[in-house]
Amino acid sequence: MTQTHAQASSAPVSASVPMLQLKVKVLRFDPEKDKKAHWSTYDVEAQPGDRVLDVINHIKWYLEPSLTFRRSCMHGICGSDAMLINGRNRLACKTLVRDVAKNGGTITVEPIRGLKVEKDLLVDMDPFFDSYKAIMPYFINESPAPAAERIQSEEHAERMAHSSNCILCACCTTSCPIFWVNGSYLGPAAIVQAHRFIFDSRDEATHQRLAIMNQNTGVWRCRTAYNCTEACPRDIPITQLIEEVKRAVMYAQS
Amino acid sequence: MHHRYDVLVVGAGGAGLMAALYAAKGNVSVACISKLYPTRSHTGAAQGGIGAALGNVQEDHWEWHMFDTVKGGDYLTDQDAAEVFAKDIIDAVYELEHMGLPFSRTPEGKIAQRKFGGHTRDFGKAAVERSCYAKDRTGHMILQTLYQQNVKAGTTFFNEFHVTDLLIEDGRCRGLVAYHLATGELHTFHAKAVILAAGGYGRIFKITSNALTLTGDLMSIYYRKGLPLEDMEFYQFHPTGLAKLGILVTEGIRGEGGILRNDSGERFMERYAPTIKDLAPRDIVSRSIITEIREGRGVGRDKDAVNIDLTHLPREVIEGKLAEITDLARTYLGMDPVKDLVPIQPTAHYAMGGIPTNLDGLCLSDGSGGTVEGLYAAGEQACVSLHGANRLGTNSLGDLVVFGRRAGIAAAKYARQAEYPEMTEGAERESQDLFERLRSGSGKENAALIRKELQESMMNNVGIFRNGKDMAAQVEVLKELKARYQNVTVSDPSRRYNSELIEAMELGFMLDCAEAMTASALNRTESRGAHDREDYTERDDTNWLKHTMAYKNLNNDNDVIIGYKPVALKGFTRAFEPKPRVY
Repeated sequence: MTQTHAQASSAPVSASVPMLQLKVKVLRFDPEKDKKAHWSTYDVEAQPGDRVLDVINHIKWYLEPSLTFRRSCMHGICGSDAMLINGRNRLACKTLVRDVAKNGGTITVEPIRGLKVEKDLLVDMDPFFDSYKAIMPYFINESPAPAAERIQSEEHAERMAHSSNCILCACCTTSCPIFWVNGSYLGPAAIVQAHRFIFDSRDEATHQRLAIMNQNTGVWRCRTAYNCTEACPRDIPITQLIEEVKRAVMYAQS
Repeated sequence: MHHRYDVLVVGAGGAGLMAALYAAKGNVSVACISKLYPTRSHTGAAQGGIGAALGNVQEDHWEWHMFDTVKGGDYLTDQDAAEVFAKDIIDAVYELEHMGLPFSRTPEGKIAQRKFGGHTRDFGKAAVERSCYAKDRTGHMILQTLYQQNVKAGTTFFNEFHVTDLLIEDGRCRGLVAYHLATGELHTFHAKAVILAAGGYGRIFKITSNALTLTGDLMSIYYRKGLPLEDMEFYQFHPTGLAKLGILVTEGIRGEGGILRNDSGERFMERYAPTIKDLAPRDIVSRSIITEIREGRGVGRDKDAVNIDLTHLPREVIEGKLAEITDLARTYLGMDPVKDLVPIQPTAHYAMGGIPTNLDGLCLSDGSGGTVEGLYAAGEQACVSLHGANRLGTNSLGDLVVFGRRAGIAAAKYARQAEYPEMTEGAERESQDLFERLRSGSGKENAALIRKELQESMMNNVGIFRNGKDMAAQVEVLKELKARYQNVTVSDPSRRYNSELIEAMELGFMLDCAEAMTASALNRTESRGAHDREDYTERDDTNWLKHTMAYKNLNNDNDVIIGYKPVALKGFTRAFEPKPRVY
């Protein structure tokens, strides 16, 4: 299906910016009427600095209103719009058109893999959040709290800089070949969350978390494929964090 | 489907999650309903910090914070709210730390603090370091931490449920109706108490820092019941949104020493706020930037921005304490704040007005003490009138933890002693009618085009600088857009995940919010805080030291009835006399 083109920009148009003519191929699936997924192609015009999300929004608003996907913040902090763009997991709001297509080129958009597709680009996130909940993703310190803050050194605070940066977008977990093959694997995002608390000098439940990581759904399933690290839209060195958790589990056992 | 909980919370941002936690501590059954997954609420986009007079870096006192809040609000702030806030927030920040929030630290290991706009010591003498922060992702960390604590507490969440109606009869809230995106079913929720915490409505403007989901749903539903929205004319433009995109660039960037410069490189804030310069409150900085642009000193291709300059700061500060905005500038503008000047322009950011409440979050039904039994509100959606005519930076995160907590405690206390009210008969009828109309319209109109016209016209006519002529024109524009909205049709007939239907419904809510804002702004013939009129340039305390209460005329869809409410000019122990506002 090819639709007439129109312009996708959310930003005001400046006459001097060259517009790109693009084809956008979207993998569509509506379980109410489709037996299997199929491609729809839309012709659009976009500025090089537009986000891929601007282009997809444009298709929804003016060309194909039934197209379904999640989105919210538009700048890479809410984690709603993880999708496969030109074969790679990315946030559509953090991916600029100029970085994935040239004039006359094609952008392909598909749902992230390993989670059930509910409609078009929208997948069932519940298994992902179930894995998150399985690692006790909350601070535990049952000692009486002081009147003011618990003192923590700058160095110890910095230990959480990478892991606390996670926005739970699922780009990492749904890029992991182990997760595709074995859905019971907790996956990189949940391990990053475990890291967040294991290495918090104020938390008192390290032992329990390491035990969860040591289970057969835990950290040992990781085969160090690095897909997670490449997929992370916030540049978290996920593979490194997973290795740190592996080492912590090993030391706890010895 | 039918559900029953003692306390229902609508919204899973900071205010909703804090309210849900505290309601759960009150030994009542609690559920939280969100149109998103909880970790995707817009609290996560707040960057710079949460202000509290901890005094970890410099001497500070709650009285100074209260004064700054009242003065920042151009004396429209209710001083009882400001006093409660300035005291409670200190304890609330420690509580967040005890919940595990990973704050940035001082060399002694205490919570680190930095400067922010309008935060001063000694009642305005000089800037003070009051903003507690976790790098420049403080809101992200508050949202994650509060969600984590709700997972620990076992709070029940209804994710991707869009509230379509509040059930209020005879002055008593009985529950609500919500649309489940996954199935297309309407669910009724019966409750003793409901807490509204669904955020703002910045999407009525073209350039905004707000998420696509911030469409004022619950404010509009409240207003459609003939209940008032307070101080809607006071809408904050954040001075520093990324040029063209409106993406938020934290005020922390100026707190760390960033400088605003015009096309000739001049530090122009020295002319507008000689004492605290770039750290003046947001309304003043936004107007100063627009003035520079209007007078031809803007930068960029269209000369419609100014620059923020960080190049004199050490790389470690920029990439460490300001990592988030560094990434945003690199991603979206291809610019590196370490060596480039970054173009910014004001962006629609925060509603100071909203659903009126008392200090415990109980919703007000008029300007003279009437309340809605069993209904509470907190966060950006509510107007306890902490922010008055202009909110200080960091006071939004403070507002949502302090007043989210108070609303949660009050709602649970109420629910413990209350019986379930009788459930509204045919509770789903109005929601069914709304969807029926959206599915069976004439099809002549496209919701996205109407939304675009709404956003452009509000930006032009009810933006940073306002006048009677433009706002009167906007009243007519809104009448026309509302009429056209009646002819919108949802073309997708599917039941599952029908996001076209949701977006069409949201547009109706946005039109209501815009209507209440425009009528309130046209009515207020003075300039105060963020409400700046070119035809009434002075603040007029004699006539306008009062809150606006805007009601929809239920007998005439295009008519707004304006009422008023007095400002609380005293706190419990302190009071600050209105004075000219200079920095």
